[in-house]
Order: sequence, then structure tokens, then C-alpha cells
Amino acid sequence: MTDRTLMVAPRRSLARLTAQSAMRRLDGVLLVAVGALCVIGTLLVWSSTRTWAPGSTGLVKKHMLNLAVGAVLSSAVAMLDYRHVRIYAPFVYVVTLAGLVLVITPAGTAVNGSHSWIMLGGGFALQPSELAKLGLVLMLATLLAKPAKDGDRPRALDVLLSLLAAGVAIGLVMAQPDMGTALVLAVITVGALVLAGMRKRWILALALTAAGAGAAVWWLELLEPYQVARFAAFLDPSVDPRGVGYNSTQSLIAIGSGGLYGKGLFEGGQTTGRFVPEQHTDFIFTVAGEEFGFVGALAVVILLGVVLLRGLRIARQCGDRFGALVAGTIVCWLAFQIMINVGMTVGIMPITGLPLPFVSYGGTATFANLMAVGVLQAIRMRDRAFN
Amino acid sequence: MNRVRTRLMVLHVMVVVMLVALGVRLWQVQVVQGEEFVSAAAETRTRNVVVPAVRGQILDSSGVPLVRNRTALVVSVDRNQALKDPGVLRRLAAVLDRPLGQLEKRIRLCGPGVTRPCWPGSPYQPIPIDEKATTREALAILERQEEFPGVTAEIQAVREYPGGRSGAQMLGYLQPVTQEELERRDGLKAAFSGVDVVGRDGLEAVYDEALRGRPGLRKVQVDRLGKALGVEQQVAPVPGDHLITSIDSRIQRLVEQALKNAMKKAPRADGAAGVVLDPRTGRVLALASAPGYDPAVWTDGISEEEYQRLLSEKTGKPLVSRAINGQFAPGSTFKVSSVAAMLRAGYPLNGRYPCPGAYMVGNRAFHNFRGIGLGTLTLHMALVRSCDTIFYRAAYEEYLRDGGLHPKKPPQERFANTARAFGFGRPTGIDLPGESAGRIPDRAWKKSLWAQTSADSCRRARTGYPEVKSASRAAFLKRLAYENCAEGYLLRPGDAANFSIGQGDVLVTPLQLARAYAALVSDGRLRSPRIGWALVRPDGRLVRRIDPPVVGRLPLTEKERAYIKNALSQVASDGTAAGAFAGFPMDLVRVGGKTGTAEVYGKEDTSWFASFAPTRNPRYVVVVMVSQGGMGGQTAAPAVREIYEGIYGLTGEDPIKPATRLPVIASDGTVRR
Repeated sequence: MTDRTLMVAPRRSLARLTAQSAMRRLDGVLLVAVGALCVIGTLLVWSSTRTWAPGSTGLVKKHMLNLAVGAVLSSAVAMLDYRHVRIYAPFVYVVTLAGLVLVITPAGTAVNGSHSWIMLGGGFALQPSELAKLGLVLMLATLLAKPAKDGDRPRALDVLLSLLAAGVAIGLVMAQPDMGTALVLAVITVGALVLAGMRKRWILALALTAAGAGAAVWWLELLEPYQVARFAAFLDPSVDPRGVGYNSTQSLIAIGSGGLYGKGLFEGGQTTGRFVPEQHTDFIFTVAGEEFGFVGALAVVILLGVVLLRGLRIARQCGDRFGALVAGTIVCWLAFQIMINVGMTVGIMPITGLPLPFVSYGGTATFANLMAVGVLQAIRMRDRAFN
Repeated sequence: MNRVRTRLMVLHVMVVVMLVALGVRLWQVQVVQGEEFVSAAAETRTRNVVVPAVRGQILDSSGVPLVRNRTALVVSVDRNQALKDPGVLRRLAAVLDRPLGQLEKRIRLCGPGVTRPCWPGSPYQPIPIDEKATTREALAILERQEEFPGVTAEIQAVREYPGGRSGAQMLGYLQPVTQEELERRDGLKAAFSGVDVVGRDGLEAVYDEALRGRPGLRKVQVDRLGKALGVEQQVAPVPGDHLITSIDSRIQRLVEQALKNAMKKAPRADGAAGVVLDPRTGRVLALASAPGYDPAVWTDGISEEEYQRLLSEKTGKPLVSRAINGQFAPGSTFKVSSVAAMLRAGYPLNGRYPCPGAYMVGNRAFHNFRGIGLGTLTLHMALVRSCDTIFYRAAYEEYLRDGGLHPKKPPQERFANTARAFGFGRPTGIDLPGESAGRIPDRAWKKSLWAQTSADSCRRARTGYPEVKSASRAAFLKRLAYENCAEGYLLRPGDAANFSIGQGDVLVTPLQLARAYAALVSDGRLRSPRIGWALVRPDGRLVRRIDPPVVGRLPLTEKERAYIKNALSQVASDGTAAGAFAGFPMDLVRVGGKTGTAEVYGKEDTSWFASFAPTRNPRYVVVVMVSQGGMGGQTAAPAVREIYEGIYGLTGEDPIKPATRLPVIASDGTVRR
């Protein structure tokens, strides 16, 4: 009995000790940056939806509920020992795949032409493709973390398995069809492979394949006409300012009219007039641009930059390959989405239906993004290199 | 792990580059180009809405509205939005309970091949498609704006005619303004409103600018769907002036009733006109034309069927005012001008003139009415009994003195020039659009007519009229064509003779005749008649008084005028109108006048009576013309009698006393009489 007691007691105290030290190792800057973005996002969602009906606060309340749920999920994830995640990763991946399969069956619901939703009732809905981003990150990192014998490059088999895993997920998302998310998944895949140390000539081959695939899509006219039109409108928004160019034109007008200091919260005429479509989701940044001006919009970009750079720091400082890969790939994912989203609102990227992480309205996306931050914190807290 | 770290460094650099790029771009958009986008934003966010001014009313001389406004719930459609989404009209048809086809037709733009109902206005204006919407229908539309983009339901002022058909041609009507008219207006080029209308005929057209007022402008903040969020700037509209006319609505109705009765009595009558002037001022007290129509048809988007009905011969072209556009030979009413011409030619005023049954003009005999000789007459009796041969002779003698067919020196053309001095052959200049000039067939007119018709006449002179069935008629026409071809440019003796008694090619309008008589029985001054009396602000302030200008003087001395007036004063009691005025209390009101019966080839005669009363110091000149009405004493004179009976209250009704002073409009808009 004493033996057992002796055996157990130190382990308990060690666990408590590591938990306490882990808490101390929480990345406070990251936490504050994400928190600030969530608060700003809430204000912007409020501003852009309050004119929908007199005294309309329904959506902003729902957004705050989403944030709360996301925070709980994020904390839960942060508490996990991330190394155990390697074991769960295949399950997480399979579950998200199952979700992706479910949405393209009649169980899914289409919004704006994409079969991306599973209705949960009570006005709540789940968008499995958002969760698939995180699922794919974990799956790829798990596959690629184990290096080949000759050093720190991934094994050929693992690369092939990774491509297979990514291909299935991308294929399912494209079937919805949701080109924006498919693109994010592709970037996650490339990011993970490159970070994992894939040979440069493989990278080159991959790049050529991607270019070839892109060309094929173009030549075989696999894109929907609206997608081609969006791209044309990106190259020259003046071709059809009332039609496909409408979004980018109105988005630029809203942001540009904000000037240096903005018009003040709730004072943006373009926002109040709802000239920019999808303003509380994909075009939320235009509200920041109009109402907070250059100063406020830049602050949002800087906060997003802080999140990315903290993520990179965590990846760099991480002692093991898996943690570094997960953190690095999450940064790739978020960075790509930020670049596309902010870029399209200021007219340097084509219009793509991607939300701005931590800021846009959208339940599942909020959950996925906050859980990704939770994963970053988990890596930060449990990393052996710091112990 | 080192390789991973190296690649993370590359990622780090890329992230920083991206952040910097976004920051630079933001600077560029918000700070460098900021001003540009601020104005672009103002453009998309604000819309100029024209607030239509309330159109002024048209009042009669005692302040009774002839045309006023009523408020109506008007549903309008933005044409472009409706074309973009065909569902809008479909849903609208369901809400308004109207066939979809009708709505679709009403938003088409009028043009060649597009018949009414269609939209004659600017394509950028909202098109009113229902001017009798109920509150329930309007709410159904306004509450579901997302289903009805570009559809508005607004309270607007719509024209209303308390007098119904009374004076319809004179009052005119409104139509949506066309794009060109809109562009000609100042300051309103890009702006539009649902009720941008323009007066198209009658008083509405002539006084359009004053009645219209000045629309206000509201800069409205709108959202993406065009829903107004708030007002940024507002310029209040200035309501239009009221037009006070000299029309007495009671006399107007009286005249219209008299015309209606006259047309009923004369079975072949196809139109009539009545004019009542105040000879002392030249103001119009009534101006009527039959058949009439209800001007309310213009208010709610006239249908093609109705429109064609208004234009068709079969219904008697009710849009045309016969008082100013009806051109007819005046018959004997014209003799007042001929008497004046004789006096100017040197025939003595107190002379005695033989009135045989027939008079040879050249080689052709011209007959008195029914060929009856009346012995030797004074000019006085010549007018009372309407002798023709005295005038034939005088006209023929003047014609010969001018040089006959081939004048050597410039002809005097006394009869034609006197007629001109009486105001015939040119518009009276009344404040109505599109007045006809009438026609004086002198030598110059013959030449210009020949220039137009000689080619056709000469062709017909060769080919004849094979399509005419009657052989004798065809031969007559061929001979006529030959004559016209060979010497159609010449004023023939018969032309001169016919002209002297108001027959042949001479044409006058009822209004021309009325103002000639007004000048004759008042001060000899020829006035340009006016319907408008004054323009006042809605609060009663006088803007402008409108007075009939004097435009000429009759070529008669006061004595001569008195002589002629005296002669005419006997017509109704002892002359050609005695039958019509039998039993009329001449001791109470003595009526003077002259009948006219003008022959129209292939038709019933035109019936005229030009009158004035009382004979001492006339207050009224009344002219009635009934097209195809038969003899003047039979159809027109009884109608005139009916009018006088009404005015003087001889049938038991109250007499009508037209206002002599402008009605006073109080600052709250009410009228004090």
C-alpha cells in the first residue's frame, strides 16, 4: 500500500506542478491580441447589423454567444496535452470528413449556393468545412512529424498519405462547392509539406502540378461563370460596377471614405446604408475601415499580425517537430485567410468568400479559429523544450 | 528541426511582408485617395428627390374651382428595377389585383409602334401605375420593400375637375413630362419626381409655368435598396399660382347645355361652339365646344381605346375646341364687315340700295335667299332682312374697280382688307394654344393655293375622274379641274361676290366672330380676348393681372358703328331671328345680333348667330355656331336665346351676375366672394 502511495503522490504533485507552470507559460500577448480582435469584431458586427431592423441586436447577441462557446472550447483545448492530440488527430480528421460528407447529402443546407451547412435547429448551424481546416492541420502534422532516417525531411510515404488526406478533404469541400475553403485547405497542405522540410524539387514539382491544375481548371472551364466574373472584376472593377464589380467597388468606397480617423462607431453612412453586401461576415473589415479610419483599420491589421507572429514564435520555440508543424501550419492558414480577406476589401485580391479570423460573424469559424489559438497555447504551455 | 526552423523563418518574412503590404495599401486607399472615396460615398449614399410643388388651381371669376387638386395614393414603379426583376410586377399585379399584362404595358415607353397604355414621360422617372390605390394596398407594398424594390406608394396631388366635362377643351390636361422637356427645365436635369407633369393643352399649357410652381429638393440618405434613412438637406417647394379666370362657371354650363340642346334639335349637327365675351373688356365669360369629354380620363393613365376615341371622327373629335379651332364660313354674320367695306369704298351710309331677287355677277346670276327680291332698302334694312344682292353688287363693283381678273395696278381689295381689320384671317391671340387663323380668300391666297394644287388639277383636267360613278358629276369635276388648272390663280368675280356674304372660301372661328362683334358693339377697339384674369399666390397675393390687350381698331366711325349696331338690334325682334326670339321679353332685355347660314358643299348648312345684349351698352356678346345645324335662325339663334334666358333669369331661375371684381383669396386659401 505504502509503495503505491509513494508511487502515486509524487506523480500527482508533479502533475499539479506542471499544470501551474504551464499556466504561467500561457502566451499573454497572444491572448490579449485575440481578445481585442474579438471585442472589435463584436462592435463591428453590431454596427453592421443594427440597422437590419429597429433596435436589432439579435445577431450581435448570437455572435457573443459564439465567442463564449469558442472561448470555452479554446480553453479546453489549451488544457490538453497537445502531444496526446497526435493520437486523436486521425479521429478528429475522420469526424470532420464525416461532417463534410454529411453536408453534401440532403442533410446539408445551401446558403448562397454552397451546400456548407448542417442545421442544428434553434437558429444554430454548423459549417463542417471550417472545422475541417483544423482537422486537416492536425492530421497532416501527425503524418509529417515523423522524420525520415536521413534527417528532418518527411518520408515519401507520409507525403503521399498527406496528399491523399488533403485531397479527400479538398475534394469534398469543392463538391459543396466552396472554392474559398478549398483554397485554404490547399494552402494548409502546401504549408505543412513545406514546413515539414520537403525537398525543394518536390516543392517545385508540387507548384508546377498546382499551376497545371489551375490552368486545366481554366481551360476546361470548370469554374462557375460567377467565379470567372469575380476574377475579371478583380482585375478591373470598373467593368461592371453595378454587377460583379459591385462588391469590390462598394467595399473600396466604404473603406476609402473612412479617411485617416474614420467616421466613428455607428456613424458610417455606407455601413448604415448597407451598401456593402455580406458586411457582417466576409466584408466586416470595411466597417472597421469606414468607422475607425486608417488608424483603426491598421490597428486591426497589427493585432492580426501580432497573432501570426506570436504563432510563429511558438512554432519556432517548440521543441518537437509535431508542435512546430502544427503551430506553423496554423499560422499559414490564418495568414492566408487574413491576406485574402483584407486584400479583397482593399482591392488587391479577388473576391473570395472567406471570413476574417476572430472578427467576422460566423459560429463554426469562430469555434475553429479560437480552438486553433487554444492549440497554439497548448503547444506553448506543454512544450518540453521549456521544461 | 533546423530545417523546420529555417522554413518558419521564411514564413515569418512572408507574414511581415504581407502585413506591410496591407498597411501600405490601407494608407493608399484611406489617406491618399480618401477624399475621392468620400465624394464617391456621398454620391452613392444620397439621392436627390424632387418634392413636387402643389400645382395651382384654376378658378372661375367668382373663385369657384374649375380645376383643383385631390390627394391620391399613387403607386409608382422604377422602370429599370422592374425590368431587372420580372417578379416585381407579378407580385404587384397580385397586390393591386390587376392583370399583369396591363402593368407591363404601362411601363413600356411610348414610341413609334407602341400604343397606349404606355409611358410618355422620361424613362428615369418612377412610372405611376395606380393612382387609386387603397391604404391597404399601399401598406402591403411598403411593408415588404424587399419584395418590391423600386416600388413606391406616395400621397400625391392629382388633378380633379369639379365641373366634370364642363370646359374640358379650354382647361386642357396634364401629361408626364418628356425627357426633352425635363432637360430644358432649369436645375432639374438629374432630378425626378413621381408627378413631373406638364400642361399639354388649354389653360394648363399656356399658364403651365405659373401653375407649376417650383419643386423643392430633398437630399435624402438612402440605403442600398433606395430606402430613405434621413434627410440631409431640404429646399421646400414653392406651390404654383392660382389662375383666376374670367369664366363664369354658371354661364359656361349654360352655354354647354344650350349647345347640347341645339345639337339634339338639329339631327345632322356634328359639332357646336359657343362663345360669351364681355365686350367692354374683351374677357371671355364662357368658351364651350361640343361634343365634350371628361378630362378625368387623363388622370389615371389613359388607355389606347379611350385615346383613340378622343381623336376619332366618329365621336366628333371631342379634344378639339371648335370655339378656337372650328373654321367655318360665317355666312351673313359676315355682312357687318362687308357693310364697313362698302362704307370705306364710298357707298353712302344713308343711301338706298336696290335688293333684286338676283344679280348678274359677270355672266352668272347670284340669287338672294330663295331668290326673293326685297325692293329698295337702306343698309339698315339690308342687315335686318339679310339681303344678299346689295352686297354682291358692291363686291362685284369693287372687284371691277380693282381691275377684275387682271388688275393693272395693285388692287385695293377693300372687302378682304376690311375683314382683316375686323380680326379675321389671323389668330385672335387668346390665351389658349393652337388657335386657328381662319382664311380670307383674296388674290394672294388664290395664287398660293394654285401653286399647291395646280399640278393635281392639271393632271385631273387630262385624266378626268374615272372613279366617280355619276357621269355628269365626273364631267363637272373635270371641267372644274380644267378651270382650276388654267386660271385657278385668278380671283374670279364669283369669288368676290361670295366673299361679301361670308360664303365660299372664307373661314372664321366662332371666337374671331365674337370678338369682331364685341369691338363693333362696344368702343370699336379690337381686343385679343383673355380667359386668364389674374395670377395669385395661394395666400391671395396678386402676382399679375391679365388684361386683354387692344390689337386693332375697326375701320368705322362711331356714328357708323352706332348705325350698324342699331340695325342689328332689330334682327331679333323683326329680322331673321324674330322667329327664334318670339315671345322673348325685349322690353326687359333687348337682344341684337345677326344670323348666319353658310352653305357647305355636300353637307348641311352651318348655323350661326352672333349676338349682343342689352343693345344699349352691351354686357354680353354671345356667338353660337352649330356645324351642320341648318339655318341660323333655326338652330343657333334659339341656343343663344336659351343662354340669355339663363343669364337674365327669364325662366324662373336666379339671374347670373358675373363677377366684376377679382375674388379675394384669404391668406388661408379660402375664397371670399
